[in-house]
Amino acid sequence: MTPDSMTLGNTKRMTYLDALGLAQREELEGRDDTIIIGEDIALYAAGGAYGDTDPSRIRSAPISECGFAGMAVGAAITGLRPIVDLTIANFIYLAADPIINQAARLRYMTGGQFKVPVTYRASMWHGQANAAQHSDRPYPMFMNIPGLKVVCPATPEDAKGLLKAAIRDDDPVIVFEDNDLWGKKGDVPLDTDFVVPIGKAKTHRSGSDVSIISVSGCLRHALKAADDLAKDGISADVIDLRTLLPLDNDAILGTLAKTGRVVIVDPAHRTMGAAAEIAAIIVEDGFDMLRKPVKRVVTPDVPIPFSPPMEAPLYPNPDKIAAAVRELM
Amino acid sequence: MKNDLQSEAYLRMLKIRGFEQAVTRLVTEGEVPGAVHTSIGQEAAIVGACMALNIDDYISGTHRSHGHPIGKGAELKPLMAEILGKATGVCKGRGGSMHFTDKSVGSIGESAIVGGGIPIATGAALTAQVRKTGQVALTFFGDGASNEGVLAECLNMAAVWKLPIIFFCENNGYAAVTPAAHSHGQPDVARRGEGYGVPGVIVDGQDFAAVHAATEAAVARARRGEGPTLIEAKTYRFDEHCVGLFIKGGYRPAEELHHYVNERDPVTLFRNNLLTGGMTQSALAEIEAQAASLIEEAVAFARESAFPEPEEAFELVHASPIPIRR
Repeated sequence: MTPDSMTLGNTKRMTYLDALGLAQREELEGRDDTIIIGEDIALYAAGGAYGDTDPSRIRSAPISECGFAGMAVGAAITGLRPIVDLTIANFIYLAADPIINQAARLRYMTGGQFKVPVTYRASMWHGQANAAQHSDRPYPMFMNIPGLKVVCPATPEDAKGLLKAAIRDDDPVIVFEDNDLWGKKGDVPLDTDFVVPIGKAKTHRSGSDVSIISVSGCLRHALKAADDLAKDGISADVIDLRTLLPLDNDAILGTLAKTGRVVIVDPAHRTMGAAAEIAAIIVEDGFDMLRKPVKRVVTPDVPIPFSPPMEAPLYPNPDKIAAAVRELM
Repeated sequence: MKNDLQSEAYLRMLKIRGFEQAVTRLVTEGEVPGAVHTSIGQEAAIVGACMALNIDDYISGTHRSHGHPIGKGAELKPLMAEILGKATGVCKGRGGSMHFTDKSVGSIGESAIVGGGIPIATGAALTAQVRKTGQVALTFFGDGASNEGVLAECLNMAAVWKLPIIFFCENNGYAAVTPAAHSHGQPDVARRGEGYGVPGVIVDGQDFAAVHAATEAAVARARRGEGPTLIEAKTYRFDEHCVGLFIKGGYRPAEELHHYVNERDPVTLFRNNLLTGGMTQSALAEIEAQAASLIEEAVAFARESAFPEPEEAFELVHASPIPIRR
């Protein structure tokens, strides 16, 4: 029996990438103030798929990340809901000024005169031999920017639901997609009003011995590790944070209360990564519940190399997660 | 009608001049937190541009932010209160001198990131185009910002998409204390438009009528769907880059400053033109008295207003609020 049997008729199996596309198409069709802007949009995101949409709302832009990311802010405060596709997540650095100095602050700095309903999509390509300028997982930097919201969907269902939530949100939201997941399939609700609320983590597996708190595409590694650990009688509680700004503190402390042991799995670099902040929350607010020190399974502080034998071992994987758990038992 | 326009233009120029003189006094007297950048000397460029726009057209601007919303017709009281950091400020004390914004007159934000307002206005022009509202956007920026890459990006995109926008460079010759001659490969910002298919126009920024006519033509072109124009107003600031900070002088020739202040003051030039055009001394005096009284009221309002409560710092971060961690 499937827990979703009630809604099974309303879901469709599709890839993470198709789920993102479906979210965009539904939002474009649903309201005439939504636009898409970005590089190669006509080919990758909009060509054919949005054939019926007013072409003035689909802007395939020149290579001008700072320019169009900033234009989206101006469009957002004057009445549109732009989706900016920054493709490779590393390109977000070129657009950092309008995202950080403008999108995140305009509402505040103008005393609330504007809302800034802009969505930035940034796809984190890594593990695919693209080297250091195409392999970043930059969300921790943006978690340090008040005024933004940051989400990291890890399943096709969440990809649709969180992207739709981002587009409908009246604040700037960055959607960091995990490119490793683009081709992975899952059941995705077809309801056009299906959204995943920003700020809520999801428990994917209940357990009592250890908590595995996962960020982005590490979820599938965490679940695999949990399967392996179960064979040895270790019961893991696996939660996917889904939203990184704001973090779901209740979920973090809730799983800690169940198990007293925590492994945080985060594909960003070790220093000041998302895992560092999660660990700090646990130590500040849940120290008395801890039975063992917090463990992090993260990417070491090196630029990502090109050659696969050097690159692959850098990232979190099921074996590293299981090993970290065993050290706590 | 023409007389009404000219009276209003004169009033707005006087409002900018008087507002900034009052602010400068308040800085000296220690009533203003931080420092301020004044537009004194640049009033004809600002008002000439703004008065070619409708109230629902958009403007964005720079850290030299006071003149633009005033030129667009904003009320002075909330602006002055903002400078003093008061709760009644137009940005509720969160923006201050460099970030005047008054949505009610189409002022969508002044940016202390040099060039930061350029894509904002270009995006507003995109909104106008997508929604077919007939509005146009105008972005003020300085000669310093003209060297930021984002100008090139936006000129190009606005040209490709024929966006209804005017790129308006207030070229006062100095990026803070660096002369344009030291930072520009060729002296005319307007010529940079050609490389992107955007017509460039150079205009005397001390001459209200010249600026107004050039901007009106650009606005008409934008409303016809023919795309952007780059206007460069050659102007001059009379004060230092920043009032309230110690800035060593000597980076601009004394005779140059003297020339502008004494012979090229845009307010004096405009006043003389009005007299020559038949406006009476008493009509001018009436406008001058009106401006003085509005400024006096604004200062009184700002002084009497309360400061925000410290806890208000935690409000208005998001439109759809999330828990704020402290």
